[in-house]
Amino acid sequence: MSAIEETEHGHGHNKNLAHHFDTLEQQHEANTLGMWAFLLTEVLFFGGLFAAYTVYRYKYSAVFEEASNLLDITLGAVNTAILIGSSLTMALAVRNSQLGNSTKTGHWLVLTIIFGMGFLGVKYFEWKHDYDIHLMPGKNFFHWQFAKKAKEIHTKEHSHRLPGPQDGVLKDDDPSLGVKARLESEQARLFYLLYFCMTSLHALHMVVGFGIIGVIAWKAYSGVFSPDYYTPVEIIGLYWHFVDIVWIFLFPLLYLLGAHLGH
Amino acid sequence: MSGQQQPIHQPASLQSYFIVFTILMVLTAITVYAGFQNYGVWNTPVALGIAVIKAALVILIFMHALHSPPTTWLVILASIFFLAIMLGMTLSDYMSRGMIT
Repeated sequence: MSAIEETEHGHGHNKNLAHHFDTLEQQHEANTLGMWAFLLTEVLFFGGLFAAYTVYRYKYSAVFEEASNLLDITLGAVNTAILIGSSLTMALAVRNSQLGNSTKTGHWLVLTIIFGMGFLGVKYFEWKHDYDIHLMPGKNFFHWQFAKKAKEIHTKEHSHRLPGPQDGVLKDDDPSLGVKARLESEQARLFYLLYFCMTSLHALHMVVGFGIIGVIAWKAYSGVFSPDYYTPVEIIGLYWHFVDIVWIFLFPLLYLLGAHLGH
Repeated sequence: MSGQQQPIHQPASLQSYFIVFTILMVLTAITVYAGFQNYGVWNTPVALGIAVIKAALVILIFMHALHSPPTTWLVILASIFFLAIMLGMTLSDYMSRGMIT
């Protein structure tokens, strides 16, 4: 829209209509189609991680279920609800832009960002906890026996105390644990590698979303959009709903995998 | 292009968004409940089935696919198709490795 707005070339068409389109509707359909095409590449981008997850979950299903059982289902479910809420506020932002309510559009967009930040806030505490109990994958950092002991203490003593020397946590490769335990540690590490890759790629998409939604919200408050030109709001809406869909799949695949084993 | 103020798309009703939101929340509760049950081999199909229904609702209503032109549907179906190739072909390899020899 930059070149068209800057030049005062009064040949009587809408300032939001690019020269290579006949009508605003045609332009709207071409732009949204482009966004859908981008989302197709995103599906395959995340798809690579989902494929890796599928293969290793198939190979190491028993340990993956146990590893999943260390994640906090309550926080995962709360975050799912927060994200679905942010999808609703985004849908309402798009709807208001269609109706020409610029200020309301801006408000709903800001609320969407706030929900998104709430999601990442919860995620921060989850990651922090995962880090504290040594679930972060790293050759000399990941410590499966430590994490399992932390979980045991939490279940038995209802405290968030980390295992200390008195708990006698063995190293994952301690000879007394045997080969099976060592394999279990390696497979659990793979689960947490996938967990961190998938959730952080998802979080990165949200952070990118904050920036773009922020710009669109500012434009909405400046009254750029109207019922015949709200395409940018529609497009950022598509992006945000896509991010929601990724989480809709991540939640059961990562958090609920081992729930039936009992807590 | 002269009368600029008519909307290029009629917005969906407010009610439809709130209904979809409510269904999504209920399905989230159901998927958590189902996660704690042991359906044996059906654990994963149940979890994924619910997730697919939720994703479909978001795509159809929130993302306006229901009222989108055929070209948009082409892209949606293409993404499902290519994802199916990636997951299907990969799994057909790994799942069949023990079958020979």
